[in-house]
Amino acid sequence: MFKVRIHGRGGQGAVTAAEMLSVAAFDEGMHAQAFPTFGSERSGAPVVSFCRIDDKPIRIHEPISEPDALIVLDPTLLHQVKVFEGVGPEAYVLINTSRSFEELGIDDFSGGLYDGRLLSVPATDFARERLGRPLPNAALLGGFAALTGVVSLDSVVGAIRQRFAGPVGEANVLAAGDAFAHVVREKGRLADA
Amino acid sequence: MLKQIEGSQGVAQAVELCRPEVISAYPISPQTHIVEALSDFVRTGDLSPCEYLMVESEFGAMSACIGASAVGARTYTATSSQGLLFMAEALYNASGLGLPIVMTLANRAIGAPINIWNDHSDSMSQRDSGWIQLFADSNQEAADLHIQAFMLAERLSLPVMVCMDGFVLTHAVEQIEVPDQETVDAFLPPFEPRQMLDPGDPMTIGAMVGPEAFAEVKYLMHAKQIQALDEIPQIAADFEAIFGRASGGLVRPYRADDAETIVVALGSVLGTIEEVIDTMRDEGVRIGALGVKCFRPWPINEVREALAGASRVIVLEKAFAVGAGGIVGQNTRLALAGLPTTVYNVVAGLGGRPVTRKSLRGLFDDVLANRLDSQQLHFLDLNKELVERELARSTSGRPGPHTENMLRELGTVGSGSH
Repeated sequence: MFKVRIHGRGGQGAVTAAEMLSVAAFDEGMHAQAFPTFGSERSGAPVVSFCRIDDKPIRIHEPISEPDALIVLDPTLLHQVKVFEGVGPEAYVLINTSRSFEELGIDDFSGGLYDGRLLSVPATDFARERLGRPLPNAALLGGFAALTGVVSLDSVVGAIRQRFAGPVGEANVLAAGDAFAHVVREKGRLADA
Repeated sequence: MLKQIEGSQGVAQAVELCRPEVISAYPISPQTHIVEALSDFVRTGDLSPCEYLMVESEFGAMSACIGASAVGARTYTATSSQGLLFMAEALYNASGLGLPIVMTLANRAIGAPINIWNDHSDSMSQRDSGWIQLFADSNQEAADLHIQAFMLAERLSLPVMVCMDGFVLTHAVEQIEVPDQETVDAFLPPFEPRQMLDPGDPMTIGAMVGPEAFAEVKYLMHAKQIQALDEIPQIAADFEAIFGRASGGLVRPYRADDAETIVVALGSVLGTIEEVIDTMRDEGVRIGALGVKCFRPWPINEVREALAGASRVIVLEKAFAVGAGGIVGQNTRLALAGLPTTVYNVVAGLGGRPVTRKSLRGLFDDVLANRLDSQQLHFLDLNKELVERELARSTSGRPGPHTENMLRELGTVGSGSH
């Protein structure tokens, strides 16, 4: 079973990201379970969503405390909530930011992960460029596909199109492609380093 | 068709396939997505003929359902928590009049303190209302149970409540096999009302009944519920024959045949319990589970039979009777009367607290090692220090509101990781 935890703020699409990821996995013939935690929903409040992916039916109904991958939609959460709780050295971490880990003040943490598992992607920039709105969720799924290989970019694109019809869907597909390419480049750069 | 959809969508689509003619509901979390989807099906004409009634409250919703059902319409509604309490009076009227209304209950805690998350306090508060109560442990079963519920309700002319865990199931996106219209039509015949208000043939439904016959009318309700104990397994078997998968029934054992310890539970926590049981079975522990799929009527003989071989039974439930103890636990003890079985009663998952494999494993290990007192009611993961500090504070002159005191101690004003 592959377990993904997504941290964002209300309005950024963390819940929709988990849903689309589950659809991408489902379209590849896997079992997937996406679910959010709920508070009294407010724009900007910390939100967490989850996605389990497995090749057999998923019976568990508890939050994911030890994720295999972490997606952070908003780097300002890093010092507000316990984003890295339960994240082991083998986990993948994808952070939406255009800043360095040093600037974010998390370079200490990055030393604890296996090489190539912690990457950033400027998903909000891609979304702003393609969509005209700072909604990074779909783009991050493109980056997630490149980082982990758990689902393909094609499946992510299919899931985005199922969720968002027309020009909004296509703009998100382009942003996901940008993020995918960015992460592939970053991985290459880290491998060469 | 196999779809990756939210549980609420799966239920709404299953209800649509049952061709309800009147839907009357008032939105409340976590039921909202179900009735929003259905109102959309009515708006677009996908669900037709059907009238969707906007009402001012849950009391209005159930009252409108009573009227619609009494004139012979297949009728559906959904609610949660305080919404169920608000329609309590009308619930008793629906069952007392024998009207086959189907309702989804997206299970949520009851305040105060106000809490929107899942437990079973709402359904348990109305367990004696005369409604049949079925519990789904997965989104597939939630969808399937609605199709069975209309059949059951209309065969017996009794209302049926399909209970599914709020958020845990309603808001989880998972794969659901949504049947096609032809298959549902082959299973579920059109509604043939047993009683119907008709201006062409005037009559009264709901006459006042005095001491001369009140007990007999009430006894009839009981007799019909007992009859449901025969109907429910039959309907589940018919469903399996047509749809090709098992859903519903009265009880469902899991690895319980040779089990010395059996865990009894309702709803979505069963999946998590099964995972823990598999792990413990791999270690050679003879442990199993019994899912109660139908809580009202209480399948006393089936529960007794399923648990008779066990020496220890752990009843894990998401509600309790304040000042008395467990509710499912009391029913289970009744089913086991005269047997030497030790019954442990544990309350878990109140107000949305996650029931984790880790906590369940700890509980089962404690029971197996005789570390739990079967005479006491237990609360899984209870923060005893927090309770004791508040109790100590309560002895002073004006300690203030306890909810706020306890939240302040936990520092919940900020935010945790979840």
